[in-house]
Amino acid sequence: MMDRFFQHDPYSLKRDDKRKLLSDRVRELTQFHYSHCNKYKDILDAAGIDVQGEMDYDEAPFIPVSLFKKIVLKSVPDEEVFKVMTSSGTTGQAVSRIYLDKETSSMQQKVLARIFSSFTGASRMPMIIIDCPSVIKNREMFSARGAGILGFSMFGTKKVYALNEDMTLNLEAVQEFVNQHSGGSVFLFGFTFMIWQHFYQELKKLPAMTLDLSNGILIHGGGWKKLASENISSTRFKEALHVSCGLKNIHDFYGMVEQTGSISMECEYGHLHTSIFSDVITRRTDDFSQCSIGEQGIVQVVSSIPQSYPGHSLLTEDEGIILGEDDCPCGRNGKYFTILGRLKNAEIRGCSDTYAVRF
Amino acid sequence: MRLDFDEERIKKMKAVPSLNPFSEQAVIFLNELSSQIFKIRSARSYSDVITFAYWCRRAAVLSYQKDYYDMNERLGRGLVFHIAPSNVPVNFAFSLAAGILAGCKNVVRLSGKDFPQVDLICDAMEKALENYPDMKNYVYPVRYDKSSDCTDVLSQYCNIRVIWGGDDTIREIRGSELSARAFDITFADRFSFCVIQSDDYIKMEDKKAVASAFYNDTYFSDQNACTSPHIVFWTGSSVENAKALFWEELQKLVDKKYELQAVQAVGKLDAFCMAAIQTKCQIYKSQKKNNLIRIELSELDKKVMKCHYHSGFFFEYELNDLAEITVFCDEKCQTISYLGDLREKLQDVVERAGVDGVDRIVPIGRTMEFSLIWDGYDLIRAMSRRISYAD
Repeated sequence: MMDRFFQHDPYSLKRDDKRKLLSDRVRELTQFHYSHCNKYKDILDAAGIDVQGEMDYDEAPFIPVSLFKKIVLKSVPDEEVFKVMTSSGTTGQAVSRIYLDKETSSMQQKVLARIFSSFTGASRMPMIIIDCPSVIKNREMFSARGAGILGFSMFGTKKVYALNEDMTLNLEAVQEFVNQHSGGSVFLFGFTFMIWQHFYQELKKLPAMTLDLSNGILIHGGGWKKLASENISSTRFKEALHVSCGLKNIHDFYGMVEQTGSISMECEYGHLHTSIFSDVITRRTDDFSQCSIGEQGIVQVVSSIPQSYPGHSLLTEDEGIILGEDDCPCGRNGKYFTILGRLKNAEIRGCSDTYAVRF
Repeated sequence: MRLDFDEERIKKMKAVPSLNPFSEQAVIFLNELSSQIFKIRSARSYSDVITFAYWCRRAAVLSYQKDYYDMNERLGRGLVFHIAPSNVPVNFAFSLAAGILAGCKNVVRLSGKDFPQVDLICDAMEKALENYPDMKNYVYPVRYDKSSDCTDVLSQYCNIRVIWGGDDTIREIRGSELSARAFDITFADRFSFCVIQSDDYIKMEDKKAVASAFYNDTYFSDQNACTSPHIVFWTGSSVENAKALFWEELQKLVDKKYELQAVQAVGKLDAFCMAAIQTKCQIYKSQKKNNLIRIELSELDKKVMKCHYHSGFFFEYELNDLAEITVFCDEKCQTISYLGDLREKLQDVVERAGVDGVDRIVPIGRTMEFSLIWDGYDLIRAMSRRISYAD
C-alpha cells in the first residue's frame, strides 16, 4: 500500500487525489491496529466505532497523543520491537514511548528522505549538527532530540557537531568544516531553541559573518514554546541568523516523536506544509467538528506511516490554523498551516490543589 | 488588611485565653462579619461569598449550636493553623469560622492565587475587627511564599493543623513537624457519586430546578470538588425515560452557563480512552457535545474511581439493587447525593454494609453546603476539648 505513495512527488497531489490515497491507508491502519492492539480495540469498542465502515481519513477515530505517556500502545509482538523512541520531556514529566518495528522505522526514513530532498533539491550534503555529540549516544533509548538528529543525519555526507559537550560553540571545528566544503551547499540541522541559545547567542558576540553560512540550508524544529516566552518570533529568528552568518535558506518543521518521518516543512512563505504522507486537521473544542480554513482549533495529525503502534491519527495538545489548501504561493499542493503553540492550561476549580498539569 | 507573616503576633495569640465553643463573643463577631460582607456592594455578584455571609449570621449559628449539649464543659484547643485549598476561594472563611466557633485562635494560610472573594471577605473581616478589637488575637489570615519557613514555624506553635487541599498538600505540609500534643485534621482527595430514583424524578414538576441543583453540585466547581458526583446511579422503573429528560435539561443549562476550554475537551478524550481500557464501558454516542460526556458502565468495577475526570464527565449505571453501590463506599468515598425517596434506604445500605467511607448523604443540590460536620469530623468537637470533672 505504501508503494502507492512513493509513486508521487510529496507535494504533487491535489485535495481529492490525496484524500483517496490517504483515506485508503488510514482505513487499513485503523483496521490493522484494531485487530493487533487490544487497548486500541477497547477504546474503539467503547466509542462504538465500526472499523469496517467506509470512512475518509478525516472521519477516522483519533486518540489523544497523551495516551502514549501513560500506557504501552503497540501493535506488534515484543520480539519485533526494533527500538523504542521517547519524547524529550523535562525532568519529572512523563515521556511518550513509541514502539517501532523494522518496517515502520525504515518507512519513517524513506518518507523523511522524500520530503527532505523535495526541499533541498539534493539527497545528501555535508552536514553541521547544531548540538553536542552525546545527544545520540544511547541508542537503545532515543530521545526526540537524538532521534531527530539521527533521522536527519542520513542526509549528511560528512558531519560535524557545532557544540561541545558543555554546549559551548566549537567555532574552530565549524569554520574548518565550512572552509573544506566552500563552494557547495551545506546542510545544518538542530532544534530551534538550541540554535538560538547556544549557536546564535555565541555568533552574535563575534563580528558579523565570522562564520559564512550563506550557502547553508538550515532545517530546525522542536517548537517555539521557549522562544515565544522570550518574544522571539520566527521572523526575528530568521533575520538574526541571516545577519550573523548569512543564512537565508531556513526551514522550520512541525513534527513529533509520535509521528516521526511525516513532518510538515515550512516553505519560503513561512507556511508549514503537509505532504501526501500526512495531514493536519483542526478541530473545535465544542464537539471536535472540523474547523474551517482560517479558524483556530485543536490540531489533529494523521500519518500514513505508523504500522507498529496505533499513532496514525492523533489529537495533539497544540493549537493551530489551517491557512489554505492547494493554493500556497510556493506552488506546493496540500494543506498549509500555522501552529500557535500549546493549548492554554485551564484554571480548574476544586478542593484538591493542583501542582502540575494533570492531563 | 495586612496579610504578611508576623511571628510576634502569633506569640500574642498564644497568650490570649481559649474560649468555650459558641461563646457570645464568637457568635457576635461572626454576625458582625456577615453584616460587613452584606455592606459591600460587589459581594452580591459572588454567590459563594453570599452563602458564607448567610452561614455565619447569628440566627444560623445559633441553629448549629442546638446539636451541642456539652459546650460549657469544653474549651477551644488553642491555636489552630488552617491551610486553605488553592482553588476554592471561600473555603478558608468556613474553616476559620469553624475554628472561631470552637473557641480557638486561628491563623489561616490563604491561597497564593488572587481571588476577589478572598479580598472581599478579608476587607469585611478587617472592618469587623475594628468594631470588635478583642477578637484580633483570634483571627489572623496570612499569605506567604510556600518556599519560606513560615509553615515550619506555624506548625511548631499550633495545637491543631487543619489541612485542606488534598493528598499532595497533606503530604507536603506533613513535612513540617508538629509539637508532641498537636494533631492534624486532614481533608484528603475524595470521591463522590449520586443516586437518582427515576420514578420520583419523573413525577417532579420542576425539572429545570433539578438540573440547576445538579449543576451547582458539579459544573459550578468544574466537577472537581471532593463533593462533586462522578457516577450517576439510576434506580426505579423509569430509568430510560428519566435519563433522557434529566440529561436533556442539564445539557440546556450547561450550554448556557458553562464554558469549556480546549484543554478540557482533550483531557476528557484522554480520560475516556483510559476508562475504556480499564473498565467495561460505552460512551453515550448521540451525545455530541464535549461539555457533557456520559459513559455507560456495563459492570460495576472499583477501577472507575481512578478513571474519573472533571469539567462534566459522568459515568452512569442502572442499579438492580441499591446495595450494589457499596462497592464504591470505601474510605475514598465522601458524599452520596440523592434524588427521590432514598434517604432511609441509603442509610440502611451503608450501615448494614459497615462501609469504610461515606461521610455525608445529602439531597442533590446541597453537596457543597458546608456544615460543622465535614468529612466525618465534628469540627467543633475536634477543635475543642472536654474537661472532665469529679466532685
